[in-house]
Amino acid sequence: MSDDLLETFRTILAGEFSVPADEITSDATFEALGLDSLDVVELTLVLEDKVGVKLGDEDLEGVRTVGDAIAKVQERRA
Amino acid sequence: MTPAGGPAGGDRDVVVTGMGAITPAGRGVAATWDGVLAGRATAAPDERLAAAGAPVAISCRAPAFDADAELGRGTTRRLDRFTQLALIATREAVAQAGLVGPDDPDAIVATDPDRVGIVMGSGIGGAETWESEYARLAAEGPSRVSPLFVPRMLSNTAAGVMAIRGRARGPNLTVNTACAAGASAIHMGRDLIAAGAADVVLAGGVEAGITTIAISAFAQMGALSTNPDAGGASRPFDVDRDGFVMGEGAGVVVLESRAHALARGAAPLFVVAGCGASADAHHATAPPEDGAGAALAMRRAISDAGLDPADIGHHNAHGTSTPLNDVAEARALHTVFGAAVDGLAVTSTKGVTGHLLGAAGAVEAILAGLALREGRVPPTANLTTRDPDIHLDVVAGAPREVALRAVLSASMGFGGQNAALVLTAA
Repeated sequence: MSDDLLETFRTILAGEFSVPADEITSDATFEALGLDSLDVVELTLVLEDKVGVKLGDEDLEGVRTVGDAIAKVQERRA
Repeated sequence: MTPAGGPAGGDRDVVVTGMGAITPAGRGVAATWDGVLAGRATAAPDERLAAAGAPVAISCRAPAFDADAELGRGTTRRLDRFTQLALIATREAVAQAGLVGPDDPDAIVATDPDRVGIVMGSGIGGAETWESEYARLAAEGPSRVSPLFVPRMLSNTAAGVMAIRGRARGPNLTVNTACAAGASAIHMGRDLIAAGAADVVLAGGVEAGITTIAISAFAQMGALSTNPDAGGASRPFDVDRDGFVMGEGAGVVVLESRAHALARGAAPLFVVAGCGASADAHHATAPPEDGAGAALAMRRAISDAGLDPADIGHHNAHGTSTPLNDVAEARALHTVFGAAVDGLAVTSTKGVTGHLLGAAGAVEAILAGLALREGRVPPTANLTTRDPDIHLDVVAGAPREVALRAVLSASMGFGGQNAALVLTAA
């Protein structure tokens, strides 16, 4: 698990989605953080700006937690 | 009392039991009323418009607020500004009406929420969202357009989110009669109650259209004031008026039958006694010179209230400060009132607030209701020399104390759509 990526997610979710920073762990589900499916697609647009990786619909299948999304970003970078 | 979720008999004696507003004159109904009574013009140089190179950089902005802190995290991202304004006004209105409990400022608990309807008016909907997402599409391509564009932009989102937060599952409508939409919404809300389709209706108008594209287009039409003195730019009925100043805001009222209000211990503030609607059937944006369409709506509202024009003591005018509107509206008033126009204390609160477009009719109905309740007609800000073609008793300088039993508020929208409301004492 990349600590850098977790920090990036924390910055994005806290700064742009108003999620309290202390709730943002790799185990936290997006649902628990208050994001619905449209918010998650919106998140992929912000991620593309910040880390240069665009997660598509197929990448998002099965992504429930912040850790799942980080793993997908790492997979796409590999 | 109506059985939960069951059919109800209609009741045309519809009263207002709660009011909420956020306008350039202030946050809340009381602050707005204070600003309007004081005649404090709110038009000011707009740095955002100036920075964007807009041809007119004057506006009337609503007071700033922290949407995420007040309305819940993620609100700024999910909801366009127009929906945020509607939610703020709604909270105030449902609190005054005693519809919510101590645990949640939005959830309606004091009446069956299945029989709470919502009717909102908006001329544009999510204008800022349209502008920003179209810019993103043009600059970065379709893969960069936000999936939140649709729910942010749709003009019925304000009413939809009000229902979600209030858990209000009655009829839910959004009406668009442009600058008459706020008044049309109150008319439609009254009718829903009169038809027995709802016990309570939250009705109002909202607009947040101060965008570069909207300002540019209204400027191209010659509709906006280009007065170099921003504070004096919105000057209804004045000989030197040269256009309107765009404002933003929301106004919401709680409507219910008097019987329903009294049964649940709510105090009626005033009565929505008459509603009238009409179309000019004349031109897409210009009123007919004689204001015939507006006159028809006013007549219908007065007749609907069972009153004569001589019973009306005050008119909260549409009074946009455009050369065409103010003259046509004056002619409409002469047509409707005849000699009784001399007894009509006219004001346009747009001298203070600017033109709130789809919110105007609702905010002005609230201000007309307050004038009725307090027996005080606010002055028209910036009116120094009345246009010699306008033969009306326009209140200027200071509020006028006058005993009122019925008041009129009229709104005329682009598209030639007109709405008029008559309010009487509770």
